[in-house]
Amino acid sequence: MRNLRDAILELYRDAATSLPADVEAGLRRSLAKEERGSAQRSALLKILENVKMARYTSRPMCQDTGVPLFFVRMPAGFSALKIRDEIVRATRIATKKIPLRPNAVDILTEKNSGDNTGTNFPVIYFEETAGKQLTIDLMLKGAGSENIGQLYKLPLRELNAGRDMDGVRKCVLDAVYKAQGRGCPPYVIGVGIGASRDQVTRLSKEQLLRSLDDKNALRTLYNTERNLLSEVNRLGIGPLGLGGKTTALSVRIGVNHRHPATYFVDVSMSCWADRRASLLIKI
Amino acid sequence: MQTSESKTLTINLPMTREDVSFLHVGDMVLLSGHIVTARDKAHQFLASERLPEEKIPFSLKGGVIYHCGPIVKQTAAGFNLIAGGPTTSMRLEMYEHRIISYYGIRAVMGKGGMGGQTLDALKKKGCVYLHAIGGAAVYLADRVKKVAGVWKLEEFGMTEAMWLLDVKDFPAVVTMDAHGRSLHEEIDKKSYSTFKKLVGLRD
Repeated sequence: MRNLRDAILELYRDAATSLPADVEAGLRRSLAKEERGSAQRSALLKILENVKMARYTSRPMCQDTGVPLFFVRMPAGFSALKIRDEIVRATRIATKKIPLRPNAVDILTEKNSGDNTGTNFPVIYFEETAGKQLTIDLMLKGAGSENIGQLYKLPLRELNAGRDMDGVRKCVLDAVYKAQGRGCPPYVIGVGIGASRDQVTRLSKEQLLRSLDDKNALRTLYNTERNLLSEVNRLGIGPLGLGGKTTALSVRIGVNHRHPATYFVDVSMSCWADRRASLLIKI
Repeated sequence: MQTSESKTLTINLPMTREDVSFLHVGDMVLLSGHIVTARDKAHQFLASERLPEEKIPFSLKGGVIYHCGPIVKQTAAGFNLIAGGPTTSMRLEMYEHRIISYYGIRAVMGKGGMGGQTLDALKKKGCVYLHAIGGAAVYLADRVKKVAGVWKLEEFGMTEAMWLLDVKDFPAVVTMDAHGRSLHEEIDKKSYSTFKKLVGLRD
């Protein structure tokens, strides 16, 4: 399991210091749309320089190295307990070596554990797969963008939002309007729809793992995602909330079945630093 | 929102009230001199205690409070700032107006903007809000020449401690000025009218 620990340490390094290529390309595309000489264009240029320097000098691109979220998919026969143990050990090493900012705070004593571990910290989700490979996705979720996420229960009178894709559309626009520039836009937006609250918050997070180049296989969702992105960008909040054309780089929607009486919509947002990395081990 | 006609100004710290009066929403600035980090714990502390000058190990007069919880590495040669971008300022809204009036600071720097109470205090006391580049932690750390001191490291921990940073050409944008203007308020209003149209809400 020692190799797994080292691999997870590298996964941390990759996620913290190297922005995924699709997100960087998205930022470059948004740069081209912002007016020359504007504050938002100048900020985007410095963000891109920052991305380059972080990768080159192997330093975390943002000082908030976030809440580490692990999504583990494992073939039958693997022990979730053992994998959890390796993740926790790797987290302690990563915090010191990379370094990451210690972000795990005890609710009652207010004490920071100092090594990014604590009760259910990091957050780890396990799932068994039919395949022959172990996949570990890591997302470092910054708190600024975590604080702007919203959970909706449809129908919702204040938005005149019903239980359909148009209602979902209204929720997303509401969440982005309320967020303004506080979570470091351009945002990557993940939406989860389903039967229970706990389920949709996870589903919306999982959408943030999808590449910006990934096209939704469901035609209706693909269209909703595209239209929503263009509507979100009409809000004019812009890069870092300084105004401008790009408030979001993508909108991604995931759906589960719902109960006849429930319709929950969760909107998760990632800052421009949508830090994710993936590890794949063939068995 | 005249951000496209912005100019870049060089600011040597500390600032006077008069310096502040020349700054307007949309101006891009480059800061040089000492700035002090303070986030949730430091704000709670400074706002509730109203400390006399001699009780604070560095001068806040004319200075900049920077909303930032950096990554700092301690080496044999001293403290090394690894990454230090701004944190969300809105969390500090309930404290900031008191800090502005107690300690004579001339600029508050962070990201995402602040609310009405802070905007009033900026006008009353002659202070500005500077928007730093969210997430550009490595780029901004490279604008810090030296970690010149730290206070409350033991008590508050690395993230929440007050770090005295010696910066050179640290970039930011004035988004709330001492004349009562707030870019954040303006963008919020404009985006709200678009939001209402898109969602089909009436007044």
